Amino acid sequence: MVDFGFGLVPSSRINLDLFDKQKYEELASVEPDVRKCMSCGSCTAVCTAGNFVTTSLREAIESIHNGQPGKALEMLGSCQLCGKCAMVCPRGINTRHLILSINKIYGKI
Amino acid sequence: MIPMSFILAAQAAPEVIDRIPSGYNHFVIPFCVGIVFFLIWITVGCIRILLNIPHSDRLRFWKSLVSPVTIYKNLRDLFCDCLFHVKIWKRKPLLGYMHSAIAFGWFMLILLGHIEVALFVPKRLGISRSALFYPIFYRFFVWMNPGHTTLRGWVFFFLMDFFLLYVLSGIALAVFKRFRSLALGMKHTTKPSLADRVALYSLWLIFPMRLLAESFTADLSGGSFLTIPVNHLWHLIFGDKLWIMPSWWCYSICLGLFFAVMPFSRYMHILTEVLWILLRNAGIKPNHPRKGVAEAEIYACSSCGLCLDACPMNVQKKNLKYSSVYFIRFLRRHNERKINDIADKCLMCDKCHALCPVGVDAPALRRAQRATVNESIAYDYSYLGSAVPVHTATEGNAPEVMYFAGCMSHLTPRIIKSVEKVFNAAGVSYVFADEGGGICCGRPLMLAGRNDAAAKTIAANKKMIEESGCRTLVLSCPICFKIFKEEYGLKGVNVVHYTQYFNELIASGRLKPSMGRERLVYHDPCELGRGCNVYYEPRAALSQLATLVKASKEYDESLCCGGSLGSLTLDTRDRAKISETAVSSLMVNNPDKIVTACPLCLKTFSESVANSTHQVSPVRVVDFAEAISESIGN
Ligand code: SF4
Ligand code: SF4
Ligand code: SF4
Ligand code: SF4
Repeated sequence: MVDFGFGLVPSSRINLDLFDKQKYEELASVEPDVRKCMSCGSCTAVCTAGNFVTTSLREAIESIHNGQPGKALEMLGSCQLCGKCAMVCPRGINTRHLILSINKIYGKI
Repeated sequence: MIPMSFILAAQAAPEVIDRIPSGYNHFVIPFCVGIVFFLIWITVGCIRILLNIPHSDRLRFWKSLVSPVTIYKNLRDLFCDCLFHVKIWKRKPLLGYMHSAIAFGWFMLILLGHIEVALFVPKRLGISRSALFYPIFYRFFVWMNPGHTTLRGWVFFFLMDFFLLYVLSGIALAVFKRFRSLALGMKHTTKPSLADRVALYSLWLIFPMRLLAESFTADLSGGSFLTIPVNHLWHLIFGDKLWIMPSWWCYSICLGLFFAVMPFSRYMHILTEVLWILLRNAGIKPNHPRKGVAEAEIYACSSCGLCLDACPMNVQKKNLKYSSVYFIRFLRRHNERKINDIADKCLMCDKCHALCPVGVDAPALRRAQRATVNESIAYDYSYLGSAVPVHTATEGNAPEVMYFAGCMSHLTPRIIKSVEKVFNAAGVSYVFADEGGGICCGRPLMLAGRNDAAAKTIAANKKMIEESGCRTLVLSCPICFKIFKEEYGLKGVNVVHYTQYFNELIASGRLKPSMGRERLVYHDPCELGRGCNVYYEPRAALSQLATLVKASKEYDESLCCGGSLGSLTLDTRDRAKISETAVSSLMVNNPDKIVTACPLCLKTFSESVANSTHQVSPVRVVDFAEAISESIGN
């Protein structure tokens, strides 16, 4: 392949086979805000934990769409629930509750 | 003419004579049955609660009962809360009078009754067959020697009648209140259950019955300004045939009935409150939303509904269902789904706790509830150790102050800039703990019920502070301040909020703000005011640079800005409504600026003010540090 200097990042690869619609609907019913995310990355830019490790709510939400909830949980394991992301999210997403809900719904086996 | 010999005999005879030598009459049976059942019930209940709290807490409880400080606190709270209902007095004087008349009046009647027996017929007290009921029905069993009543006797007659009248006035108010609200079609927050109703009506009847019974016997056993005239009245109406026995039977039945249904009615809170006060003052915190201490706490709630008015979420009617009174009701009913819904919604502003006449700490119960769900969430904080900045001081040259800005202040850098400017102006040597970004204080995790995870961030931050050698830690965020003060256990480190620290700098002359002509209103952030009891210092400092005007709700009644991290589920729109209300409370006296001392309030208010359409020139929202730094020039 020709190297164009950029490529598709894995997070933008949608995998509908792995996407668990049922769980996603469960998440959306307890925290409907999840549908509002526009992947702007503001949350990740200010993240307290993200200053030290790869913590990214944006990526976590995308991983769920990509059928990789395990990755989402990993992304959020370091979150300190500090609420900075909630303060900056341009969509007014209740990020802390979203994080807790992702943990609760995808965390159970 | 009374024969001389009779007078002499009467004077020689004792003042009080056992009219009924056996000291018993069948009419006491209903009362005895009721009270025995009731006493067994509460004894079992107390034992169960005490068995359910952890061993260390139990030990703490016993110790608190003998420590002079807690004894004082217990007595004060029992008198102020249970008997005088001071908190209700402050808010609704008439309601306060009603509650204290019934509680304190009744208490005095029981106490004086026992003292009377102890003084005049001591053999009936102590371990005797009649000890249970004799002091209650004392007037039935004795005959007062009219030729030989001492001053002491008269004082008791007077006091007993006085307190009876006092209780009756409270009952009259209660009856009036109930019928008036029924007539006006007012909605009650709770529909009384059958037990509630039986308890209520028997409570209403107890004291009129007592008046009846005692007034019928007043010419035999004595009385005072109330019972004697009523006694004369009965004689006028009924002649010499008074209905002594039926009236004492009725009195006994009312009492018995009341005590028998009390455990099943909301009036149980009267006694549970006593236990709750003792446990609370012993410093025991609930670690489960329903078991152990919490059980005493949730049954101490009287369902008075004061927390409905208190709650800032209730600017929208649809949120009434999230109030503490309902939370507690569902805890009692074990309704898990509703309990979780309510627990997650609350802003944790602590206002309902501050205003609750019984001191029920519903926000703490909510945190305990959240922990039952969220504590088990997995986390990986292995990075914390290397994430926390290191500030090691060489012996003796540690800076005066360590400044910890916290996550939120990093999003509102004007606070940080202002704080640093003030430090420099006052010549304070400081180290900026999280200049390049630190880790969270742990409070948001605790508010979400994740105490284990919080303990990890606490430990990491604690290590950093202790290694720095600084003796003063200054925080600009009240959320951090509360947890640093309460949970960190920093020995030898003075943990202060910047409002306190700057106020001290001004007081000691290190900082000289200039007086301006602006009018400011100060907003008490929840975590600083109700959370840490800091009300005075920010106002003292601000009054040095401007005129302070009042908000419609301030100090412990201050309204949450709506931005609180406490709520897990409240959405942006509901929050905006709360902010609007808080802003209009602050704006009642048309200040030039709103001053707050919390980065979260600062952001929330700034947005709310900017969004409001009805204001011509939006008021400026500034942080406390900004206000101070602006007043010291450049
Ligand atoms: S709450 Fe979690 S994800 Fe959001 S900024 Fe804080 S640490 Fe990052
Ligand atoms: S800031 Fe909000 S909208 Fe942007 S990526 Fe994060 S959650 Fe999504
Ligand atoms: S929690 Fe307190 S204020 Fe609320 S109903 Fe119960 S006793 Fe009243
Ligand atoms: S803590 Fe505040 S928000 Fe929560 S129930 Fe009490 S008054 Fe309402």
